[in-house]
Amino acid sequence: MEKRIYPAPPQQVYLFGTCLIDLFVPEAGMDALRLLEQAGVAVDFPMGQSCCGQPAYTSGNEASARTVAAAQMALFQEDWPIVVPSGSCAGMMRHHWPKLFAADPVLGPRAKVLAERTFELTEFLVEVLKVDFAALHAQSTVAPPPIKVALHTSCSARREMGTRSHGLALLRALPGVELVEQKNEAECCGFGGVFSLKHPDISGAMVADKTAAIEASGCDQLVSADAGCLCNIGHAAEHQGRALKVEHLASFVARRLRGEAQS
Amino acid sequence: MSTQTTTQPLQFHPSADFKNRSREALADTKLRQNFRGAMDFLRGKRSAQFPDENELENLRDLGEAVRKHALRNLPQLLEKLETQLTANGVQVHWAETAEEANAIIHGIAVGRGAKSVIKGKSMASEEIELNDYLGERGITCVESDMGEYVVQLAHEKPSHIVMPAIHKTKGDIAELFHEEIPDTPYTEDVDELIQIGRKTLRQMFVDADIGLSGVNFAIAETGTLWLVENEGNGRLSTTIPNTHIAIMGIEKVVEKLEQVIPLASLLTRSATGQAITTYFNLISGPRRPGELDGPREVHLVLLDNGRSQAFEDAELRATLQCIRCGACMNHCPVYARLGGHAYGTVYPGPIGQIISPHLLGLDDTRDLPTASSLCGACAEVCPVRIPIPQLLIRLRTEAQRNPGEAVAHRLKGQGASYSLGEQLVWKFWTGAYAHPSLHRIFRWLATRLRAFAPKQQMGWTRFRTPLQPAERSLHDLMAERKGNRL
Amino acid sequence: MNARHRILAKLRNALPVENDMQAAPAVAGYYAANTLAPQTCQERVAQLRGLLQAAHAEVIVASRAAWVSLLAVRLAALGVGRLALNEDTEEGRQLAATLRESSGSVTLLPFDKPIETWKQELFDTVDAGFTVADSAIAATGTLVFKSSPAQPRSLSLVPPLHVALVRAETIHAHMFAAALEEQWAAAMPTNLVMVSGPSKTSDIQQTLAYGAHGPKQMLVVIVSGEGESA
Ligand code: SF4
Repeated sequence: MEKRIYPAPPQQVYLFGTCLIDLFVPEAGMDALRLLEQAGVAVDFPMGQSCCGQPAYTSGNEASARTVAAAQMALFQEDWPIVVPSGSCAGMMRHHWPKLFAADPVLGPRAKVLAERTFELTEFLVEVLKVDFAALHAQSTVAPPPIKVALHTSCSARREMGTRSHGLALLRALPGVELVEQKNEAECCGFGGVFSLKHPDISGAMVADKTAAIEASGCDQLVSADAGCLCNIGHAAEHQGRALKVEHLASFVARRLRGEAQS
Repeated sequence: MSTQTTTQPLQFHPSADFKNRSREALADTKLRQNFRGAMDFLRGKRSAQFPDENELENLRDLGEAVRKHALRNLPQLLEKLETQLTANGVQVHWAETAEEANAIIHGIAVGRGAKSVIKGKSMASEEIELNDYLGERGITCVESDMGEYVVQLAHEKPSHIVMPAIHKTKGDIAELFHEEIPDTPYTEDVDELIQIGRKTLRQMFVDADIGLSGVNFAIAETGTLWLVENEGNGRLSTTIPNTHIAIMGIEKVVEKLEQVIPLASLLTRSATGQAITTYFNLISGPRRPGELDGPREVHLVLLDNGRSQAFEDAELRATLQCIRCGACMNHCPVYARLGGHAYGTVYPGPIGQIISPHLLGLDDTRDLPTASSLCGACAEVCPVRIPIPQLLIRLRTEAQRNPGEAVAHRLKGQGASYSLGEQLVWKFWTGAYAHPSLHRIFRWLATRLRAFAPKQQMGWTRFRTPLQPAERSLHDLMAERKGNRL
Repeated sequence: MNARHRILAKLRNALPVENDMQAAPAVAGYYAANTLAPQTCQERVAQLRGLLQAAHAEVIVASRAAWVSLLAVRLAALGVGRLALNEDTEEGRQLAATLRESSGSVTLLPFDKPIETWKQELFDTVDAGFTVADSAIAATGTLVFKSSPAQPRSLSLVPPLHVALVRAETIHAHMFAAALEEQWAAAMPTNLVMVSGPSKTSDIQQTLAYGAHGPKQMLVVIVSGEGESA
């Protein structure tokens, strides 16, 4: 993975909420916004946004993906960074939009420009804004009780965006948060979008191993910066009758900063 | 392993069976344990070989460059290889299909009045199902690689391209030897088991009329076949019998000897976590005048069998960079849970998923491209940087393409997964997500009717509780916030 | 049109340019950049010895004067009765002479006839084969053998014990250096084999076992000016 050179902190950013957060975990989107604002950045949420096009792209429907992606590309007219609270959607925009439009004389160059401006949320907080979470935490009046968390980094976040270190950095900066190890942490949770629908048995076996490993880690809860993995792991754990609480990393951090013990 | 999976022929299966086979494999707890243990072990061995990440990445860059260079020049290199080998006294044969390759090898065997063939490990020979072909024509093939021998004795197929019997425990093999090899006591001692294999096979090297081997790399400038192994069976097969026949895919040639050195290092370290294998066996021709051993005849069969289809497409061509190290399967979460047999193809795991559609056509492999979460673990370890997830997506595209659509490079079985129903779903999805006004209605419906979210959501709810939209979407929350602010 | 023409035509059609051989990958550059500080001969001997031992070979490092008697003693201790050995090399002659002189019971079998004439005997009755390596590779613990009339390739392959002598000054730092300095590509023998220990396999439940189909044991003698004396 090429080393990314990060720009100076901007005044304003776009927030791209992603389709999964939009419908299933909207609080995570609001918490992403709060974290960015807390760091002193103005946030614009273009109301015309929907989805990066990844579901169609990865299932082999390039034309649909292009149509949906192109609709998003029209939304980011200002020269602001685009912050995405998902490694997987950020990866789509940063690495696959340029490929998707490579043959398009107008949208091709545009996709490249937008790719350069796309950041995953934790990456943006740590590398661009260089937020001092320990200091923010010190400002809050109540200290939340200590907690043990396990981190799940999505495969795109880990391998395409290289943001595992940023999630770790965020969590390590928070007082009272202890990170616990899980077995085979780097292995996929089995979501994979259409994979979980087309090959439910294999996907089910993968997520069963994942929930077991997370539970065995002795954590109080799981955090992840990707809504897809969260839905997969959370709903599987619920199905298995495991008392495993999952939460988006943005919500977890925002909550700790507010001094709340429970969401 | 259920008897069903072991007795059925594993190739050319209707791909609908993939789902059944994978379900069976997942239910086989012993099989899953075997593979989990083996994969963890092999992952550890590999990473111990690459302590320096910079060195690894630089070497992978070089490996990729060597393979890409070879492919860019493939036709010339094949011709040069042929010229050089011919000058060295090797007879070169070309086969477009498995059938042709089998016929060529059979023809050589008949011409020499051969009754028996001793085989070093060759996945290409598995691909053309040579053992069956020759067996039906009265010529016995005996596998001499320990893993291949075990698999042959059990009437199975390899479950891994580097370690064919990886699905078996020593207990399984103890039982197999005890039952199949006369006068063999039951023992789970691995040293004893290996000595039993050695003793049983040793005379076959002496008696065999023909030795057959695969090839890891071929060098055009010198006319050399480079074979990599640990056991010595590859050397024996290519040294002792009077005739040596090698078979290789057309993609395995590189220009220069020096270019194989980084590839060989990547191969052994990625495959089994060895800095080098016991033998690198470089063969450049038959016995020369004055020499006292080595085969008097050497043949090379160059096999296409669908590879040129991958080659024709600039993106899919990367498939042919592969050096068959197996690291992608060792690191694949799907392979780790299914094992190799469930794929139903000679090459299982990620490499199998990207090469098999070219060898067999998408009709017979349509479920393979989707059997991946696209997690990228394969591409992360691939020593020659094949973008495997990208190629899987491309194969998904080709499998879903309208069978009637005219494209520049039509893949065999284009449109194998084409379904009007799915196309409709995507049409609807595209409409709802590409038009803000439609998306607003869609969101409104999804959140307001959340109580009616189906309790059965295709495969999802087999292992998970149903998904239910939130009461208010992020758009709603954002709109409310904007409203408050204004 | 035969298969050859059809395959080549398909490949040619797919390529934009006919010849792209110029943009050759920078193999030499890679090895130049990634090679460690030049080693002394002594360091190479140590590395070769260490890696061969780790691969379950027995290694004797000995001086030019002492190796032959050390080896003779070791062969006797290993109970070698029938040793295949060619006297085409200086070392072969020396060892043969020493073994003949000693009152030991080693029978010397010259490999001087085509293998067909004694295949079964070679497989069934020969305890050990003596070879002289053409060179060696320190980085991987590897010996290099080039086949020749004097050194048939089955000598290092068929007998259960492979005895190999290597001269310390022929040890290269790594494989690329060996190929370059010896100009392998300019004159490939029928068979060039790199050997890094006795034969082995992990095909049964990933458990490493030695003595698969090739030699079960390997005894390497590194002859060095600085070796032990007898
Ligand atoms: S695709 Fe890459 S990792 Fe997989 S076998 Fe081929 S070279 Fe190895």
